[in-house]
Amino acid sequence: MQDIKVSRRYFLKSGGAAAAVVGAAAVPMTASAAVPAGVGTTTLPYPKKAVGKRSTIVLNTATSFSYPDESSSCYVIRMGHAVPGGVGPDKDIVAYSAMCTHMGCPVVYDNGVRVFKCHCHFSMFDPENGGQMICGQATENLPKILLEYDASSDTVSAVGIDGLLYGRQSNLI
Amino acid sequence: MSTRIDDRIALPPKDAQKSNMTCHFCIVGCGYNVYKWDANKEGGRPANQNALGVDFTKQVPPMAITMTRAMTNTITDEAGKRWSIMIVPDKECVVNSGLSSTRGGKMASYMYSHDGMTQERLKNPRIFRGDQWLDTGWDHAMALYAGLTKKILDNDGPNGLFYDCFDHGGAGGGFENTWGTGKLMFNALKTPMVRIHNRPAYNSECHATREMGVGELNNSYEDAQLADVIFLTGANPYETQSNYFLNHWVPNLSGGSVDKKKQRFPGETVAPAKVIIVDPRRTATVVICEQIAGAQNVLHLDIEPGSDTALFNTLFTYVVEQGWHDKEFIAKHTKGFEDAVKTNRMSLEEGSKATGISVEKLKQVAEWAYKTKASGHRPRTFHPYEKGIIWGNDNYVIQSALVGLVLATQNVGRRGTGVCRLGGHQEGYTRPPYPGDKKIYLDQEVINGKGLMYTLWGTNPFQTTLNAEQHRLVLRKRAQIVNDAIAKARGASVAQLIDVIYDACKNKGGMFIAAMNLYPTTISEEAHLLFPAAQPGEINLTSMNGERRLRLSEKFMDAPGTAKADCLIAAEIANALKALYIADNKPEMAKRFDGFDWKTEEDAFNDGFRQAGRPGVGPIDSQGGDTGYLATYALLRKAGNNGVQLPIKRVEGDKLIGTEIHYDDGKFDTKDGRAEFKPAPWNGLPKVVAEQKSKHKFWINGGRANEVWQTAYHDQYNSFVRDRIPMAFLEINPEDAKKLGINAGDVVEVFNDFGSTYSVAYPIKSMKPGHTFMLFGYIKGVHGDVVTNWVDRNVVPYYKGTWGSIQRVGSVEDFKKTISFKDRRFA
Repeated sequence: MQDIKVSRRYFLKSGGAAAAVVGAAAVPMTASAAVPAGVGTTTLPYPKKAVGKRSTIVLNTATSFSYPDESSSCYVIRMGHAVPGGVGPDKDIVAYSAMCTHMGCPVVYDNGVRVFKCHCHFSMFDPENGGQMICGQATENLPKILLEYDASSDTVSAVGIDGLLYGRQSNLI
Repeated sequence: MSTRIDDRIALPPKDAQKSNMTCHFCIVGCGYNVYKWDANKEGGRPANQNALGVDFTKQVPPMAITMTRAMTNTITDEAGKRWSIMIVPDKECVVNSGLSSTRGGKMASYMYSHDGMTQERLKNPRIFRGDQWLDTGWDHAMALYAGLTKKILDNDGPNGLFYDCFDHGGAGGGFENTWGTGKLMFNALKTPMVRIHNRPAYNSECHATREMGVGELNNSYEDAQLADVIFLTGANPYETQSNYFLNHWVPNLSGGSVDKKKQRFPGETVAPAKVIIVDPRRTATVVICEQIAGAQNVLHLDIEPGSDTALFNTLFTYVVEQGWHDKEFIAKHTKGFEDAVKTNRMSLEEGSKATGISVEKLKQVAEWAYKTKASGHRPRTFHPYEKGIIWGNDNYVIQSALVGLVLATQNVGRRGTGVCRLGGHQEGYTRPPYPGDKKIYLDQEVINGKGLMYTLWGTNPFQTTLNAEQHRLVLRKRAQIVNDAIAKARGASVAQLIDVIYDACKNKGGMFIAAMNLYPTTISEEAHLLFPAAQPGEINLTSMNGERRLRLSEKFMDAPGTAKADCLIAAEIANALKALYIADNKPEMAKRFDGFDWKTEEDAFNDGFRQAGRPGVGPIDSQGGDTGYLATYALLRKAGNNGVQLPIKRVEGDKLIGTEIHYDDGKFDTKDGRAEFKPAPWNGLPKVVAEQKSKHKFWINGGRANEVWQTAYHDQYNSFVRDRIPMAFLEINPEDAKKLGINAGDVVEVFNDFGSTYSVAYPIKSMKPGHTFMLFGYIKGVHGDVVTNWVDRNVVPYYKGTWGSIQRVGSVEDFKKTISFKDRRFA
């Protein structure tokens, strides 16, 4: 997938140089790409990043990974039954930002009640229902990390984000 | 993402306009900053390139900012220019210190945007012609409204003119607007046929405490940081006064304010606060308090519904028996104590039987809250309360019992104490005195066919009154009589139309319904005429919060279409009537409508709030008191989001100096300055309520949820709220649900002798068997439909006290797929 490669390159190259006002438009992507990233699309050039083999994603346990960069921690969970947005053969694997949308405190997964909880201001989010806020002070549901599953390699990859991560002007910095 | 970009945000540039905004919604009144800038520009990511001064070139650390997409919007001004706006919490505001709630955090989304979430806002007056709503101009709408008003006033007197009007602060209220509407209704029209906002008469929610000499907002939010014990009754502040709880209670529960207490109270024993919570339901607040303070420091008194008075009287009796009351204070500053000891007497055993709380637990409550501390000092116990008492089993009596207990232990007038309502909306009352000598149960008057014209001003009784189904059904019939008449009046002039409508109302049982509102709301299902109102930000508006903190929310954008402030709508009505009376050669009547020559909200503020108590001015009941005149818009602008706590003491330079707590001098609001105990014997449930309880199995408690503001007038258009709560939910014990064949997400009917409504079942383990909790005031599924018509001596309803039966109606597959039914408690 050519577009993914381009996105990756853009991400690596611009990671430290995103200080430009409109980063995507101001930073040249590659020598061969004359058109800045983002022009002609409404989608940010998210990287594709392997989260792990399906077999390593433990049932009802939140496994940490970072996406789209090292400063954004996320969780991937296999719920054990099909859930909205779930991928994999059982449509049961989902991933979310680990930063509460309210003020960025780390959410903690409670596997007893299958809920993400923020201990700063007590917001709760449901991973089995698209990250919906159950109760709390946030004004946004928990951002969903969009996943793809490749059956041939049994690999789950992160490919995008639905929702704005806490503490960012844009999900890509 | 695809055509809807939800992963980026526009930052305000350094030169963005910045203004003050107090949150539109709950009593707490958090401070926010509004940024507004040319929509074709954006601030940069480096800290020195955006107005927030935050470095977005890297991940912002936790707790550094609250800034979500909901806090942004793009608006269009009257000239067609597009502006970006961002409304974010103000870190410098002492109320919220940069915190935002799930309600206030959505303010920017709820400002008017012609192609956004708020596009259904009323932009122009609308008239219902036969079978559809049609836009019309102010001249036409006002000619009809004023003309019909005059005809009724002339022929039937003011009692033919019914009003249901806000009396509060924040959006749909404020000192300017309570004055404007009050001056129209009470001084000009002189009608006593007025009910308030959420209740069926022109009354207070706090008659008893006021008569005892204790105003209901008598401390500062800081006192919640200073208390030894917080003794909370009938409230759920995590969900309904969120940032007061998070910013002022939590630091005390966690021990974060211990040093402050040591500093303030040298030599006193201090520790993290203990909490006592009176609520039959295990609320979000109970669970969170346990998380923070540890379960050993929280006593949840899950009393039998309606037994609050018994609880307070039992504690009062026990405290006096133990000698923990403040004899010196009682002797010097109160009256009626000895009588109250007799009338309110209840033994621990009697109290235990009535409340369902064990004698041991009752003793523990008394020891925590009232027993002398190790240092020999009296504990500082703060007694906040809200709708569990206000909408409880006899508002007047419960308040009398509670305030008696508080007075006996001098838990008012000292820092770290207070006996305060927590509040719903902000406050903002300035009106001429009510022109009647008794409380009129207006809903019953409507149901009984009285009144000819009903104006619903910033209110929605269809969703929020008691006995609501009956009230709505009668109004529907009466409104239809008018609709049928209007439909036949083809080609009628305004004068002819007024005659047709008057005839339908006077001779055929009809009722003409007009409404002023931001949106059409469910009122439009029955109304005949709508006037578009404006909200803070589109207008300047002052209000005060639960610690009497007065702030000015500044206008920063245009109102939609021709919408205007309620005070200016009132002025327009008054001026139209004045012109009609002059034309009719009735100068005496015309004179009644003098004094409405206002061009701005500030004119109304200066005419009401700033005139109260001034020499030569008639009586004005104002929460600003006699020193309100010291507050000017200019000084309030300077005071910013911290404003000033009313009453204002003086002005130093350009700074307003206010009042932190009341009664620290031992002088109470009675003629002789002594607080007065009241008899408050507990009499069980009212008969009509007890009848429902005997016939129906479930207690149908009603109340608020964090995410929904009021009647969901904005929230209904926001998928964040509406996806979560498409219809009022009903929390129910899972075993009870199972017995009725009800699963999570099923639609159920709740019914009793008064009415019937639908709700979505939400089984929750911590709900007791036989108890339910239904979201109150929602757009779909009206809790008030099953609330009895019982009211206390001041016509205050018992919204919390109704019993009903429940049956499964069906299942909406979509609800089961899109609503999370996990426990709303942070357990």
